[in-house]
Amino acid sequence: MNKNLPRRLGKDRAATLVVFLLAIIPMVPLFLILLQLVMKGATSLNLQFLTSLPRPPGETGGGVLNAIAGSVILVTLASVMAVPTGILAGIYLAEYRDKILPHAIRVAADLLQGTPSIVIGILAYAWVVRPMHHFSALAGSGALAIIMLPVIVRTTEEVLVLVPKDLREAALALGVPRWRMILKVVLPTGMVGVTTGVLLSMARVAGETAPLLFTAFGNPFLSWKPTEPIDAMPLVIFNYATSPYPHWWRQAWSASLLLIAMVVLLNIAARLMARKIGGR
Amino acid sequence: MRGAMEEILKTRGLKAYYGEQEILRGIDMTIPRNRVTAIMGPSGCGKTTLIRCFNRMHEATPGARIEGKIWLEGKDLMSMNPIQVRRMVGMVFQKPNPFPTMSIYENVLAGYRLNGIKLKRQEEQRIVEEALKKAGLWDEVKDSLRRRGTFLSGGQQQRLCIARALAVNPRLLLMDEPTSALDPKATRRVEELIGHLKETVTVVVVTHNVAQAGRVADYTAFLYWGELIEFGPTSRLFTTPQDPRTEEYLTGKFG
Repeated sequence: MNKNLPRRLGKDRAATLVVFLLAIIPMVPLFLILLQLVMKGATSLNLQFLTSLPRPPGETGGGVLNAIAGSVILVTLASVMAVPTGILAGIYLAEYRDKILPHAIRVAADLLQGTPSIVIGILAYAWVVRPMHHFSALAGSGALAIIMLPVIVRTTEEVLVLVPKDLREAALALGVPRWRMILKVVLPTGMVGVTTGVLLSMARVAGETAPLLFTAFGNPFLSWKPTEPIDAMPLVIFNYATSPYPHWWRQAWSASLLLIAMVVLLNIAARLMARKIGGR
Repeated sequence: MRGAMEEILKTRGLKAYYGEQEILRGIDMTIPRNRVTAIMGPSGCGKTTLIRCFNRMHEATPGARIEGKIWLEGKDLMSMNPIQVRRMVGMVFQKPNPFPTMSIYENVLAGYRLNGIKLKRQEEQRIVEEALKKAGLWDEVKDSLRRRGTFLSGGQQQRLCIARALAVNPRLLLMDEPTSALDPKATRRVEELIGHLKETVTVVVVTHNVAQAGRVADYTAFLYWGELIEFGPTSRLFTTPQDPRTEEYLTGKFG
């Protein structure tokens, strides 16, 4: 027995090393992306880039204020549409688990989550852009809302199902009607988790490009109107990167770095919220 | 004993089902007012189901239903709205279940606040103090009423749940194995508390612990396989059981 021990310890070490190396591999692309973005994008990422509008090709300077504002507006509008709807649908799925309709909705939400975002963009084009005869922030945020919806529905459901049965019974036994029990006990108890889901869905759509290409379209000027075309960070990156101007290429890198930073911030916020659940 | 007992709750031919499964097979029982009644019996005999009929919580489970008659203070419980019943009949559960999003203060007031009943601040403070005193928790928490109820120890949490149930002045307090999740010391405190409670409220306590029934209850019911085998003053039931099954259970031959 004992003379095998060194050999087995050696095998153990080798296996640990292999697993460690394999675990590192997924991190490599992420690290390379960040390295590339910082190297190419950090140089033109300055205050002017954040606070001024684009200048015509040939002129240097200028920024992406229109796209920053546009992304904020698009994601906010999309949240206004998707958050209440998604949370209410999630409550329904969590509370009525054994019926056929909730099951169908659950499957539909999962299918929607797997639908390519360009298809959802085409849908918004056909339903909003065509009838209105022009591109608009409304069409873009509608497409983003459809992408957010299944994420919010399913996370809300998952979080609310985890709320202990004890708490529901405690409320019911006090003579609380079921709808009040759901609104005043179940939802507040799962609120941190629901918020985490909402933030993650916002982070996801903040980087979506395809559904905005023929809905929000892009706009080199600052626009606040939901009925007008609007710019967005991913659109700027797409348009600048495919342009023939080296100055715009550099700005595309900076915009990429900025977009990644925005998404990472949303993710960190979601993680902090999630940690708060664990601490309960 | 002690003259004629006044009844608060009565059942006739009470049957309870989960789907097709019959859990209670026709219970005739009378609960005396301002006394502690223990319901004991082996696991799965229907003890918990029985008290969950008394506040219509049994029907909150999908597929569950009740047959037979229950009267609370002479009124037909089965024809009342379950929500109304539950405001008159309080319940304390096996595991302490204070609301984690609420402070101690808010937990005690949950029966009002969750039902949208608005109270004056002074009124609120009076109710909170009174309920926590009745539950024997006031001295321990009076300086930390704004803290979350979940920061308390298990035994304190259970007494908080008792205070929450008492705050709405129930006619009847149901306790479903209230000490099974507590350590011996916390168990003793809750048992002492039950003894004091009967001055203001009728208590029905489910227990699988024979000794606990002996310690806290004026009356004891022995339930077996969905039937009420024997019911009477605890001292009589424990010393001269009429049914051989009661005797076997008391002496630990089964259950």
